[in-house]
Amino acid sequence: MIRLFANASYDFIKWRRVAFSLTGAIMLIGAVFLATRGLNYSIEFTGGTSVQFEVAHKVETGNIRTALDQVGLRGADIYNFGSDTSYQVRARLGKDASEGDAGTQAVADSVARALDVSVGAGQYHIAQRQSVGPKVGRELQGKALLAILFSFVVTLVYLAFRFEWRFGLAAVVATAHDVVATVAFISVMHLEVSLVVVGAVLTVVGYSLNDTIIIFDRVRENLRKFRRQNLYEILNLSINETLPRSVLTHGTTLATTLALLILGGEVIRPFAWVMSFGIFTGTFSSIYIAAPVLLWIEKRWPGEDARGARAFGSRPATPPVSTPPATPPSTPAPRTPQPAR
Amino acid sequence: MDKRIRNRLWIITGLVVVSVVSLIPRNTKQRVIDHQTGRMKDTTVRRLPINLGLDLQGGIHLALEVDQSKGPVPDCADAIQRAEKVVRTRIDEFGTTEPVVQIQGRCRLIVELAGEKDPARAKGVIQRTAFLEFRITDMKGVFKDALPQVDGALRKAGVKATGGPNAPSAVAQLFGGDTTKAARDSAADANTPGVLSSLLFQGTLPGEYLVPEERWPLVDSLINRPDVTSLIPRGMELRWGAQSESRGARAYRALYAVESRPIITGEELVKASATRDPVTNQSIVRFQLSHRGARKFSDETARHIGDFMAIILDGRVQGAPPVIRGQIGANGQIELGNKPLQEASDLALVLRAGALPAPLTIVDERAISATLGADSIHSGVIAGVVGVLLVIVIMVGYYRMSGALAVAALTLYCLFTLAGLAMFGFTLTLPGLAGFVLSIGIAVDANVLIFERIREELVHGKSLRLAVDDGFLHAMNAIVDSNVSTILTALILYAVGTGPVQGFAITLIIGIVASMISAIFVVKTLFLIWLNRRPDMVTLSI
Repeated sequence: MIRLFANASYDFIKWRRVAFSLTGAIMLIGAVFLATRGLNYSIEFTGGTSVQFEVAHKVETGNIRTALDQVGLRGADIYNFGSDTSYQVRARLGKDASEGDAGTQAVADSVARALDVSVGAGQYHIAQRQSVGPKVGRELQGKALLAILFSFVVTLVYLAFRFEWRFGLAAVVATAHDVVATVAFISVMHLEVSLVVVGAVLTVVGYSLNDTIIIFDRVRENLRKFRRQNLYEILNLSINETLPRSVLTHGTTLATTLALLILGGEVIRPFAWVMSFGIFTGTFSSIYIAAPVLLWIEKRWPGEDARGARAFGSRPATPPVSTPPATPPSTPAPRTPQPAR
Repeated sequence: MDKRIRNRLWIITGLVVVSVVSLIPRNTKQRVIDHQTGRMKDTTVRRLPINLGLDLQGGIHLALEVDQSKGPVPDCADAIQRAEKVVRTRIDEFGTTEPVVQIQGRCRLIVELAGEKDPARAKGVIQRTAFLEFRITDMKGVFKDALPQVDGALRKAGVKATGGPNAPSAVAQLFGGDTTKAARDSAADANTPGVLSSLLFQGTLPGEYLVPEERWPLVDSLINRPDVTSLIPRGMELRWGAQSESRGARAYRALYAVESRPIITGEELVKASATRDPVTNQSIVRFQLSHRGARKFSDETARHIGDFMAIILDGRVQGAPPVIRGQIGANGQIELGNKPLQEASDLALVLRAGALPAPLTIVDERAISATLGADSIHSGVIAGVVGVLLVIVIMVGYYRMSGALAVAALTLYCLFTLAGLAMFGFTLTLPGLAGFVLSIGIAVDANVLIFERIREELVHGKSLRLAVDDGFLHAMNAIVDSNVSTILTALILYAVGTGPVQGFAITLIIGIVASMISAIFVVKTLFLIWLNRRPDMVTLSI
């Protein structure tokens, strides 16, 4: 049989500082992008009009641009959408736009006029059109924010119910990290933030939490099983034991999201990007954020599982895992001979 | 075979049968354009019972609110209810198969028109101001007297009665020189009832005719022919009832001959409300007219005592026309007898809808072309197939025979998920399709957890059977915990999201439940069968 990472005994926790620096760097880059460019909100959130259209023959975006300027849509974006002959025009509403849909409907009509002028009436096929009033946009913004906050509360309650609060807090910190990292990714990639992308972020939350729970579940079990080892060792042991599962599951999930990313079409692509990134950050955070944070929490507020956590972080560190403890679980004593395959 | 295995197999067979049955293409009613008449009609279509969202089949989604830009509207909930009533009466005017009209929250109206290609026309239909009028029905039977002429004209035009044996005789056609003569012919020849009159049944009150529900598109096309409209007596018009009604076993649509001149219009109506008469316990609708309207109405009602008055909203007669009992001034009431109060509320809503037209403004509009929807389905399916193939390669490559069992269970998982969508009537959207593809990757997670556990138990020196049992048992905790957390986030998404995102949440939830069944129950059963068949097996292909 093929065994990936069988009996692995990597000292994952040792690398926490490197990991923190790495994730800090990503977030710093994300913060820079957020500050300078902001998020590329879809008109679902900002209000406005977006028109996606296809033309038979390639047209210069410059021509469309000029036509849009002529009808008075100076702030409108125009870009290719997937292929050479597919474009999207997007005109957002200003921040102070008021209700009364004259605004949005007028914009929609202006875009149509601009296309008639630049591409020629009947020369284009409108694939998708959306006009959102400012009120609906604001509502959706609030709802999306509410959804993310609410998901934190619910998962915290669930974790507090299933685990001890220290575990729950560590898991939520790891999940919050994923949300921040994913937002940084969205900002850097300049992906359009639509409601579907927010849905993808929430799915990443669920997925990452799932991963953290699998590891913490093993930690809980090992804490009961190996009474003589300290938390540092138990955490490393548990991560190593669940490593084959992590590799396999992330492999299959990544396979499907990559299939979506490459083959799923332009409309679903931002979703697929976020999910693909989310699988990486979810895996990363479960190992390098959740576990060290749990150690840190147990050091600050020691619980009954805080074995040796007090010594954590103060150098010299706890005995490294490479020196096997008295009853090493990573090398189980009597092993049945494993025939190849 | 072990009894335990047999019971498990029965359960799986049951689930598969239920799933397959729920996915069998079935006849569903759909409204399609009748190419003969150019109007909408109901037909039955055989199709897979999975609803596709607007983003997959193309169409228009509109969210409307009461326009408050020209002054505040005090009760927006009532205004939106009136608007909903109005849009519903116009439902036949949309060129789409299954229009969805529903109130979202308190003050927002959602109209979804799958397959509608002309957003401008649809918006026009929705935003047109409602028009209410009261008209006296054809009390003297003027229209009935004109029927023979109409039949004659139709016969002359070569329209054959499709009613069956009532085809006009060749003689009648031969002599159909001019209209009057044809009319005389048809009147004389009682054995060959006319094309139109054979389709109309006399209703219970003067000027009311009933048309079998399946015939009404035909009758509608007949009465709208120019040669027929010119024969309808001056001062008389034909109006359809708003709903079909069942009399006995059959459904009928009422057709009313009414005077062209309204005795009063919605402009003069001030308010209308439904109550129950405290004395007689009847459902009644009370209405109040403006000063000017009251004067006009009392004149008219004085002249029409004993006549029936059709209440017409946007050209459709609403409910059965009430009889005028006496002179009515500013305050009137319509008695509905022992009918439920709901009907009175509906009628009051109709009156208010015509009295206080609610100007609607579009706050959210989404139009997706059918080709984009088809493209989305196409690429979504390709991505799904490739994703599944990759998962199969990984699982079988890594876990060999056990992986193959998991893959077998995966096919059941796909079946269960689709059946779940069909059974509960959920809508499949593009993000839902993505969620489905994604959940295939996640679905094998439970199997990965179990298999890794079994491997560990084997490493610890347990026997095959014990290792399998313990592997399943010990993996349960992690599986349940992780799936519950995903379901919780999906539930939040469902609660907060709109159409497409809700579709995503739904497929994710159904997918997780289906994967629990397939990955745990089905795979365990397959393992049990496998172990039973090969009791001599020393090593597990895992």
